[in-house]
Amino acid sequence: MAIQPVTAEQAAALRRRYTRRHVAARVGVYLAAILAALFCAGPFIWSAITAFKQNRDLYNPENNPFVFNRPATPDHVTYLFTDTSFLTFAWNTLWVGVLVVLITLLFALPAAYALARLDRPWSGPLGIGIFLVYLIPPSLLFLSLSRVVVGVGLQDSTWSMVLVYPTITIPVSVWLLMGFLRAVPKDVEEQAMVDGHSRLGAFLRAVVPLAFPGIVAVVVFAFTLTASEFIYTLAFVSPPGQMPVSTGVPTQLIRGDVFFWQSLQAATVLVAVPIAFVFNLFLDRFIAGFTQGAVKG
Amino acid sequence: MTVTDQRVEPTPVKELARRTLADREGALAWLFLLPSVVYIIALVAIPFGLAIAFAFSDVSAGDPSFDWAGMVNFARAFDDPVFWRSLGNTFVFTGVSMVFIVLLGKVLANILVADFRGKWVVRFLVLLPWTTPVALSSISWLWLLDSIYSPIDWVLRAVGLLGKGENMVWLGEPGLAMTSVIAVHVWRLVPLAAVILMAGLVAIPRDIDEAAKVDGAGYWRRMLEITIPLVAPVIAVSALFGAIFTFTDMAVVRVLTRGGPNDATQVLSSWAFYRGIDGGDVAGGAAVALFLFPLLLAVAVGILRVVRRIEVD
Repeated sequence: MAIQPVTAEQAAALRRRYTRRHVAARVGVYLAAILAALFCAGPFIWSAITAFKQNRDLYNPENNPFVFNRPATPDHVTYLFTDTSFLTFAWNTLWVGVLVVLITLLFALPAAYALARLDRPWSGPLGIGIFLVYLIPPSLLFLSLSRVVVGVGLQDSTWSMVLVYPTITIPVSVWLLMGFLRAVPKDVEEQAMVDGHSRLGAFLRAVVPLAFPGIVAVVVFAFTLTASEFIYTLAFVSPPGQMPVSTGVPTQLIRGDVFFWQSLQAATVLVAVPIAFVFNLFLDRFIAGFTQGAVKG
Repeated sequence: MTVTDQRVEPTPVKELARRTLADREGALAWLFLLPSVVYIIALVAIPFGLAIAFAFSDVSAGDPSFDWAGMVNFARAFDDPVFWRSLGNTFVFTGVSMVFIVLLGKVLANILVADFRGKWVVRFLVLLPWTTPVALSSISWLWLLDSIYSPIDWVLRAVGLLGKGENMVWLGEPGLAMTSVIAVHVWRLVPLAAVILMAGLVAIPRDIDEAAKVDGAGYWRRMLEITIPLVAPVIAVSALFGAIFTFTDMAVVRVLTRGGPNDATQVLSSWAFYRGIDGGDVAGGAAVALFLFPLLLAVAVGILRVVRRIEVD
């Protein structure tokens, strides 16, 4: 391509044009980002406002639902803490989630490694088998699992969730971790073994640290699945003291036809914000993990 | 989505080491797999078998003893118009949701990989629908779609689309109720799809995109001929997750409509729960729930086939 001499005027015009285009693009990006945030978080922002509304403000269809038409009141939020077992529900969700994630890693990580690396003739079919397990949904298993839960004496106990939730998290975690572990170069563990580590040592010292982003992805994903689970708790646990937030909050704040709306909205926001906050902290690792495992074949 | 497996020819030395380790490796493989396999057999395979057995029995909450009943439960399900309605709804619910989840997820992913200030806050806000327990976010929507106080109606009235005192009754009319249920579900799962798709976008080598830019390809041309083909496997993965979560989900339906009005939003899983747990007809519920597996299997195999074909190309 021949380079044509550009006059100063032409260059300035060109520069102006590019600047204009650049500014338009920037404005577009910010507009799109704001729209996306409103689309996703709109209901939560509105929930946060509603939580502090007086009844007379809320139950008037003429009132603007997005502003306070009467002075704000913290009563409904304090009600959540003083008159319901909200803190117990939140605590149950937290410890069940943490335990389930630990159990999941303990089971899924070695299994994924065995399937991804220790070339056995049956590892292919078994991998497919574990993926198929993921396709057997809670909505199919809850009826027979409630028998199992009764059989081991865990009905109406939070421990029934610790027992049963890994059925949701283990198959999907094995499936994801297989991808992440395959992305770790084989040389790394071979080098570790040459250096005198056993196969197990190589796995723990060389492979696991390199697969760390993938493991973080699985931890975050598994915790979110556990916190959202609904069918099993609904079917297995009926005493409020044993419930997690997903069933406990509706049980205590919806009494027959009476909805404690402001407290319900407060509970939603109080649960939503910390989980999303933590997830966001790990989002880049989560994406890196997915990229490692899912995209590179 | 790893199918290709590059195996490097091992050097003789490594070959030797491998051979001496071989038997131990076999034992290790078993040791590693055993906990997961035992757990899955005990809490998925056996209950799955039990669920199949229930479907051919007369087990109910009142009479838990197991008696063979043959095809009675299936015959009863097939005779029930609600079953067919749920089956149809399940397909509509899954199909429509999946399309919107993937499309909006792609748009959202494109926004989130762009560079702008305050990205951290936007990402946080975008994650909220997916990370919030579905039962709670659905309850928030229950009020947003309320028959009298719905803020959406208030906005519609404010801009003049609805007359004074008029309401949409989002969850009260069959078509509108289905639309609402799908919308809430899409809203909930779009962030997950976006996160998965972001992984695909981030992984596209920069030089390919830049080379195309230098060659004069515009935004849409690059999007259609480079970005989308390269992220196709990831799009399929997000579609698969979307399909599985939608097909088996009953939380949104349960909280928003309880399957109503007149079973217009009933899906297979909510119908199975309604009969099996609420109604105490364990056998009947199991027979309905059993239909989820072959259908889900077909969807998953279909999607994975597409992925494989793309990867082979």
